[in-house]
Amino acid sequence: MAKITYIEHDGTEHVVDVKPGMSVMEGAIKNNIPGIDADCGGACACATCHVYVDEAWQGKTGTPSAMEESMLDFAENVEPNSRLSCQIKVSDELDGLTVRMPESQH
Amino acid sequence: MSGSDTRVVILGAGHAGGTAAALLRQYGFEGPITLVGEEPVAPYQRPPLSKAWLKGECGEDELKLKDDGWYADNNCRLLLSVTGQRIDRQAKSVVLSNGETVPYDALVIATGARARKLPIEGADLAGVLELRTAADAEALKGALGPGKRLAIIGGGYVGLEAAASARALGAEAVVIEREERVLARVACPALSGFFQDYHGRHGVTFELSAGVERFVGESGQIIGVQLADGRTIACDAALVGVGAQPNEEIAREAGLACDNGVVVDGEARTEDAAIYAIGDVTHRPLPLYERTFRLESVPNALEQAKLVANALAGRPAPAPEVPWFWSDQYDLKLQIAGIPFECDEIVTRGDLASGKFALFHLKNGVVRAVEAVNAPPEFMMGKQLIGRKAQVSREKLADPAISMKEVAA
Repeated sequence: MAKITYIEHDGTEHVVDVKPGMSVMEGAIKNNIPGIDADCGGACACATCHVYVDEAWQGKTGTPSAMEESMLDFAENVEPNSRLSCQIKVSDELDGLTVRMPESQH
Repeated sequence: MSGSDTRVVILGAGHAGGTAAALLRQYGFEGPITLVGEEPVAPYQRPPLSKAWLKGECGEDELKLKDDGWYADNNCRLLLSVTGQRIDRQAKSVVLSNGETVPYDALVIATGARARKLPIEGADLAGVLELRTAADAEALKGALGPGKRLAIIGGGYVGLEAAASARALGAEAVVIEREERVLARVACPALSGFFQDYHGRHGVTFELSAGVERFVGESGQIIGVQLADGRTIACDAALVGVGAQPNEEIAREAGLACDNGVVVDGEARTEDAAIYAIGDVTHRPLPLYERTFRLESVPNALEQAKLVANALAGRPAPAPEVPWFWSDQYDLKLQIAGIPFECDEIVTRGDLASGKFALFHLKNGVVRAVEAVNAPPEFMMGKQLIGRKAQVSREKLADPAISMKEVAA
């Protein structure tokens, strides 16, 4: 299990254990954490699971694919550390990861 | 109606019903929730059944909206293999197939749609399949593999996605379509042609403008599909994907207005203030297009689930969304935003032969819909343009060298 901290835009923190192999998005959805909509269920088709990855973790979460990058490019409030959380696979390496949610996914 | 004693009953535990229950809790709604599902499993995502799941790329647990324990932990009574039989609007209660009568303060009809059947000879043979539920998908998966041949009746999205998955699993696939092109009901001719070519290059064969006369069987098992012209297409199984019809009977019998779906307003309410309807079963307003329509899509189910959950939790209604759809076939990601009602012009951006392009549907110079293949910027910006009802320059739109951001500026 990897402990992941999801921080809503208003600062509310949710710390949950996520099974390796699941995506960071699925970890939020299964635990009913607000702030990640994930309308397409992880198909990289909607950009409604946008998160900001804490800088310390950017190396370990990998780099976005071309598809993810171009989806992100048109999401709201994109920052250099923006990712689509459906594209980040959870592993033991990500134990302790913190992600923050944008104000809105739509 | 956000008090802790408001009783919510949700009929239908698909994507819409399951999401409504989860969002009610996420929004702080404290009343008891009863979620009634016809299938033997907790709410799950259907789209992967014809794609990633069918190809074995994801497991059953990943499809589930929530872990099985979530419902009990969240004061949500999940009844499986149970259906609603009758709504008593006077008494505000629902009679269920397990004999229970459950009272409600708010009722949410989320009964979805069912696969349309072909009323022809042989439709009850083993191996004549449909694809709607996890059990259907299990049966289809069992019929696919090297050396197997799948006949697909209907060249819509379900059929084409199944064809792509069949090929990925080493099975032969032949698509039998009544119209002269695939995706005839849902896509423009250029997009139909593109998908048909792409499938053809991946070994899928087509019988177009072809009527189906009967399913041919031997010892109760399908062995072929006989066409109207007399030929028989040999197969080991046939998938019937000829559309869906709304499960609106329970609403109609309760006297609620139905017209190819339960009629709802922009906040997913029926004419009865205590009854909502969400998802594939609804006939809803599309304010952007100044008309009503029955949408069959996950984004529609989610949008209406949000509307109901917000209303019952005493929160303001979210802004209307632009309808959208997606499909994955081979290495193609098709994303569609909007619906091309009454359009007078199609602007092509990019080269279809490159496998990366977008078709914009305009009405009086305003973007109404976009069909984007492996073209996320066109989809994302197109969706925004549709929502804004913005006038665009056709010349800029048609020039891939000009970025979508500049087109929309």
